[in-house]
Amino acid sequence: MMSESVPIIQTVQLVKIYGSGENQVVALDGIDLTIDSGEFVAIMGPSGSGKSTLLNILACLDRPTRGQYILAGEDVSGYKRAQLAEIRSRQLGFVFQSYNLLPRLTALENVLLPLLYRREERLSHTERKEKALAVLESVGLADRAHHYPNQLSGGQQQRVAIARALINDPLLILADEPTGNLDSHASEEIIQLLINLNSRGRTIVMVTHEPDMARHARRVLMIRDGKLASDRKNGHHRETQSLASGEGRSS
Amino acid sequence: MIFGEVLKIAWDSLMANKLRSFLTMLGVIIGVAAVIVMVAISAGTEAAISEAINGLGSNLVFISSAFSRGGPTGGPQTMRGGLVYEDMTAIRERISGVAGVTVEQQTSVTVKYENTSLEDVMMVGATPDFPTVRDVRVEQGRFYNDTELERASKVVVLGKTVAGELFGETDPIGQTVSVNSIKLTVIGVMAEKGLVAGVDFDQQIYVPITLVFKKFMPAQFARIMGDRVRQIIVSVDPDADMDKVIEQITLLLANRHGVTLDSLDFTIRTQADIIATQESTTESFRTLLAWVAGVSLIVGGIGIMNIMLVSVTERTREIGLRQAVGAAPADIQVQFLMEALLLSLVGGLLGILAGIGGAYLFERLGGMRTVVLPYSIGFSFLSAALVGVFFGFLPAKQAADLDPIVALRHE
Ligand SMILES: Nc1ncnc2c1ncn2[C@@H]1O[C@H](COP(=O)(O)OP(=O)(O)OP(=O)(O)O)[C@@H](O)[C@H]1O
Ligand SMILES: [Mg+2]
Repeated sequence: MMSESVPIIQTVQLVKIYGSGENQVVALDGIDLTIDSGEFVAIMGPSGSGKSTLLNILACLDRPTRGQYILAGEDVSGYKRAQLAEIRSRQLGFVFQSYNLLPRLTALENVLLPLLYRREERLSHTERKEKALAVLESVGLADRAHHYPNQLSGGQQQRVAIARALINDPLLILADEPTGNLDSHASEEIIQLLINLNSRGRTIVMVTHEPDMARHARRVLMIRDGKLASDRKNGHHRETQSLASGEGRSS
Repeated sequence: MIFGEVLKIAWDSLMANKLRSFLTMLGVIIGVAAVIVMVAISAGTEAAISEAINGLGSNLVFISSAFSRGGPTGGPQTMRGGLVYEDMTAIRERISGVAGVTVEQQTSVTVKYENTSLEDVMMVGATPDFPTVRDVRVEQGRFYNDTELERASKVVVLGKTVAGELFGETDPIGQTVSVNSIKLTVIGVMAEKGLVAGVDFDQQIYVPITLVFKKFMPAQFARIMGDRVRQIIVSVDPDADMDKVIEQITLLLANRHGVTLDSLDFTIRTQADIIATQESTTESFRTLLAWVAGVSLIVGGIGIMNIMLVSVTERTREIGLRQAVGAAPADIQVQFLMEALLLSLVGGLLGILAGIGGAYLFERLGGMRTVVLPYSIGFSFLSAALVGVFFGFLPAKQAADLDPIVALRHE
């Protein structure tokens, strides 16, 4: 019962050019990419090859210079900043290499931050707290809810950041080197968390340098000089995939 | 975004930097306090002045000679025009609704009793109605009466201080004093009245105006000018219609002087007119002060803008992160506007407290009369709010215009 896959991400000849004239840098040079619902994709490639640029565009944080980006059937390439913000709020969760938690907020407050900017189905104060607490619990940090970021280890901070990315129940989670600042033990924890999420149906796109991490993904994209160099599937995840897509996007 | 959350985030970020927030507010605090104190002081001064004017007597109508500036050819001042003593008598006899009429002719004189001599005493020539009109009382003896006025009797009523200085413990009634070497009999002593509008009533002496005309004015002067008076003061009966009385007086005097209503040779002003004039001058003064204080509010606003710009730079990453998790540019803008507004509103509230406290201190320690006007509180607080929104706008726009990627990379 291999599910008929629904494309979440579809890009057509995505081009991103920074600067102009002499200083012009072609960071993305015609990327055609399709990612289906429920996939776990790792993006690899040498430094400066355009991985972050691609991920930022996929995360609606940046806009392509040319080409099309269709997110869940919606062509967002020409969207204005406010519209992109709305898409980010409704459909996307982003995990940064450097966690990017707000230092003056507790773990709990950091996690519920995205709820404040939600435009529809707004929750009350207590509902927000309850939800944030539930998500924190799902990443195993319920007991650290009232700690501040500087009272948490790197791995814990990144788990808070993942909880934050999850709280709006997004279609897609994008992570730019989520384990880049962590040691191997913490990295392993984070990757297990992501695998777990994926196995419950969450679509994940992750940029990484480490083959060890990429090994966990079902599909690995290689980017070189802004072009898609290779696109291979890690076969050993087949069983979990069928199981996951059956479950859909429940959380 | 939810208003309560915007407020909370703004409040938290101000509290994260308490000293800085306070220093930023200081400009607004001082501006608001300055507006309130300045308005309070000028309103207090005004109240003191109008009380003083009211203290002169009640329901007064002042009739003054219009200055005649000579004929159209620019010749010497004409005889025509001006008020004479008989105008006063006519008003007294012919106008109804008048409680009292007097003229006042002041002359500086020297008063002697035995070996005591007082120089530069103000001698007021008036009529028996003077106590009614000026709202003063005789304490001892009596004021001169109509008969004494008619006969220009050599009698005098002394102000309290003058009586004290001349006679000490001795009973002054029936004694003779010499005023510029003319012997006058003391028939009364006035009750204490004190300083009103710069005139010390207790330092004056009072004689019938007719006596002034007869004995204290150069003879030839009186012959040419007639018994001229500068001003006639009418006290209108509280039950009478002030406007009616004024109209009757105008017609009477116009008739007596043979002038038309368009070319009156006298002016009539009521106490209310004088207070209104006084108020309009102090009010424009007050408005000026309020604007000066308003400028300091603007300076405070610039302080807010400055700190908000610093804050936007410092918090660039935070702005990027908020955008990344779904904040729209408008959310960011509202957030920073709220912070600026909060700075100015809290500053405004503290300024109101400081202003009221300052006005109180000026009254207690500075001996100044102050009246805190509610409108000055409302006006200054509203200005503070406007200042916050106005000067918060640019930083907020700058924050909202940040690109999330650029902001997230900022270090
Ligand atoms: N804002 C920018 N302005 C100009 N050039 C940029 C900008 N951002 C990225 N670039 C350039 O675009 C190219 C791709 O950058 P990108 O950050 O996507 O690389 P990356 O694959 O994520 O590298 P790394 O693995 O080191 O993170 C690089 O050559 C970089 O110098
Ligand atoms: Mg990168």
